[in-house]
Amino acid sequence: MSTRFDEIMSRRGEIMRGALGMDYSRFEQSPIAFDYEAMMADHGYSLADIKAIQRAAGVGDTPLLELRNMTDLVRSMSEPGKGARIFVKDEAANLAGAFKDRRASVSIHVAKEKGYEGVIAATSGNYGAAVSSQAARYGLKCIICQETFDSRHIGQPEIIEKSRICEAYGAEVIQMTVGPELFFHMIELLDQTGYFAASLYSSFGVSGIETLGLEIAEEMRQRTGAPPTVCVITHAGGGNTTGTARGLKRAGAGETQIVSASVDLSGLHMASDHDFNRKSFTTGHTGFGVPFATWPDRADVPRNAARSLRYIDRYLTVTQGETFYVTEALVKLEGLERGPAGNTAMTAAVSLARDLPRDATVVVQETEYTGAGKHHWAQLNFAKEMGVGVCSGDPKNNVPGKVIVIPERPEQIQAKDFDVDRMRRSYVRNALKNAGAGYTPTAADIEFLAADTNSSPEKVEALVAELKEA
Amino acid sequence: MSDQRCRAGDWVEVQSILLEPADRSKNLPEDTAAQPLRMWIKGYAQADADMGAEVAVQTVTGRTVTGALSDINPGYFHTFGRPIPELVHVGTDLRARLVEYRAAQSGDAVGESGGDEGAGSAAGQDAGTEGGAS
Repeated sequence: MSTRFDEIMSRRGEIMRGALGMDYSRFEQSPIAFDYEAMMADHGYSLADIKAIQRAAGVGDTPLLELRNMTDLVRSMSEPGKGARIFVKDEAANLAGAFKDRRASVSIHVAKEKGYEGVIAATSGNYGAAVSSQAARYGLKCIICQETFDSRHIGQPEIIEKSRICEAYGAEVIQMTVGPELFFHMIELLDQTGYFAASLYSSFGVSGIETLGLEIAEEMRQRTGAPPTVCVITHAGGGNTTGTARGLKRAGAGETQIVSASVDLSGLHMASDHDFNRKSFTTGHTGFGVPFATWPDRADVPRNAARSLRYIDRYLTVTQGETFYVTEALVKLEGLERGPAGNTAMTAAVSLARDLPRDATVVVQETEYTGAGKHHWAQLNFAKEMGVGVCSGDPKNNVPGKVIVIPERPEQIQAKDFDVDRMRRSYVRNALKNAGAGYTPTAADIEFLAADTNSSPEKVEALVAELKEA
Repeated sequence: MSDQRCRAGDWVEVQSILLEPADRSKNLPEDTAAQPLRMWIKGYAQADADMGAEVAVQTVTGRTVTGALSDINPGYFHTFGRPIPELVHVGTDLRARLVEYRAAQSGDAVGESGGDEGAGSAAGQDAGTEGGAS
């Protein structure tokens, strides 16, 4: 029997077409390949246009701060001659407190231009605040669908705070229990209201992040004479990595190493009612990072503009305890009180800067706002209430959902390399699976897969052969 | 709470079930699949109602949504909570470590010809100011 869920999901493509104001079928080339760059350029805005849209929206041009105390902290535990200079782009200075404002500002501008009455987004994160804030500025109605509570009506304080801030900006917030059907209800509402789908993964949103890469390249050239050696990016759905890396490349900083960083949440199931309140992080974690990198088109748009494997040079994971420790260190050493999830990249930077020469530069490209609920104390107190242990010790013993181990000394902060080749392999497997069992990739498909995984056609060819045999 | 009653026009919260377990996505872990998908939404009550009774609300976007009355003038009560004992020492430890490191560096620098900062002369000055205080 067909349910309301099946009925809405079967009309998903048609509903989303109307709600995005963009026909994605024009970019499709085969069951595997599509023209990514044509999709990204389709909105017709230059980078200068996007900067102007953002300036009018109170977004961008955030301070780039050199963290001399964090740098010396790293040097105090590095080999002689090692310990790179650390900088941070203080994205919390955006209007609604996070880099997500860059995404929202372009999406909402487009919604206004195209004459939509309102916008809808499904998000439990900072993006909800960003969309609500921009919708308020543009005088558009706004609905945010949020995964807020477990089945006992208990919610992480960080998400409750996100409900509050969205409502403060005048949005209608729909708070739901755990489950991916959040997107089903969003699509149902898009159908009902005719509003614009302010998807996190549209080309509008991801183009909005390119200015962040551009600003980093330009400011670092002014400050140090060169783009950064490394840019460390907190990685969740992949938009942050994709947009920042594209912006750096467009600014001529193609040599900058792109390092994505996520909090390791392995062992926790993202759709589990039980695990929901035991994550202690709502974003910036591997629960989004790995699935979206290895299959970006699982998103709410036909083709995801956030395709992080195109750009990742290195993917690091850090533990929950390490990230809370570094959040506390940043407050006390730099006077920067910022949200823990946004400090994921900072935590990875503390680890990787130790192994780089002193004249190297590391830019951590975001921070996010903090406050009641959305604060490392609030998260740790809530973890304890949920029965998760919190103790001091070696962060190697951190077990997501069971025990958060806060380092005793900064030397214990050791980011781990996640195998990017393994992610490339998963991506190719997913692409083949999605194309259908009988489909044989063409030479053009191989080229596409190589570009989409930042690999070579030869390597992809070998991978395809190997996967077919298996 | 059950003796509470809202009046028409009050800012309230209602709760409803979006999907019963049988109607949910087939791709769910067991614990989630056993639960209905619930939602809560706020708006202006369209009629007087008792807590738990069905009432229509008009939301801020102007939609009319019906559900069981779950709160009247709903608020937010999230906080920071108490300090975390495992974190309270971090600031003191690290500041002391920096003082020690910089003192050692400025000692070393006597025999050398300055910092290794290249373009970072300001960084050298900062380190000198703080480390040299002792």
